[in-house]
Amino acid sequence: MTCEELLKALNDYVDGAELNEICEEFAQHLAGCNPCQVVVDNIRQTIALFHHGKPYDLPVAFQDALQGTLKAKWMEKFGEKSINPD
Amino acid sequence: MASQNIDSAAELLGKARTGDFAAFQLLIESLQPRVYGLAMRMLRSTHDAEDVTQQTFVALIEHIDSFREESSLATWLLKIATNFALKILRRRKTVSMSSFSDITKEDSYGDLPHPDFIAPWTQTAPQIAERHEFQVELERALDGLDEKYRSVFVLRDIEQLSVRDTAEALGLTESTVKVRLLRARLMLREEMTRRFGDPEQSLRSDHNHE
Repeated sequence: MTCEELLKALNDYVDGAELNEICEEFAQHLAGCNPCQVVVDNIRQTIALFHHGKPYDLPVAFQDALQGTLKAKWMEKFGEKSINPD
Repeated sequence: MASQNIDSAAELLGKARTGDFAAFQLLIESLQPRVYGLAMRMLRSTHDAEDVTQQTFVALIEHIDSFREESSLATWLLKIATNFALKILRRRKTVSMSSFSDITKEDSYGDLPHPDFIAPWTQTAPQIAERHEFQVELERALDGLDEKYRSVFVLRDIEQLSVRDTAEALGLTESTVKVRLLRARLMLREEMTRRFGDPEQSLRSDHNHE
């Protein structure tokens, strides 16, 4: 496997796809190619960074408006008693 | 209803299907920021992201009877939200939208962007995540990506949808999703490594061996 071929197979390797043949070739290449090792590590860190990023907070005014809309829709579907039981 | 605080998502869904609004609210609490975040990242407009979020949860109420498993709920919501977001992008009729659905030579593995700045990072991802300006830096980097790459990266790597679900949500083939994801990852790796990589440990980018 060349560096170029490694680049093309990178997704499957990073995503842990069970492609033993590719993984074996991939691991063999990495063992002898420090720059490719660092690129793979960089990609894993990049994905982790974005995945663990802070979620977006809903603007407070929108949160209130959304609550009102959903409540109205809920009453339309399930009846008023579903929101205000006796 | 104090026991609802410890109810599992499956129990909450069961109660919501019978008309329990309090259970529905608890069920969607953690899903609202995900749907809103997805819409913000795809549309870059608070107003449009709010529209998409509202449409998505209204659609959930309309279809809540058909859910039997809570595990599919987040995926369903994100796919519905993506669909609403794509409608807005089409309405905007931007040039980038045409590039979104058009399959070009960039949707193949030819001429992949070769890593240029290669260096180990000075900190780990969790350490960087603690930095105050972290979110702004990430969003700026995402902004730098073309819509067609950003959408795939957000659905697949941020929201962790499968390749198949990402493809279905965006109306693309799985192979197009894979190529766009690889390009997005390579572009973001470059950008992030320029910010967080250690220049003193940088390695040659023109290496190539068998």
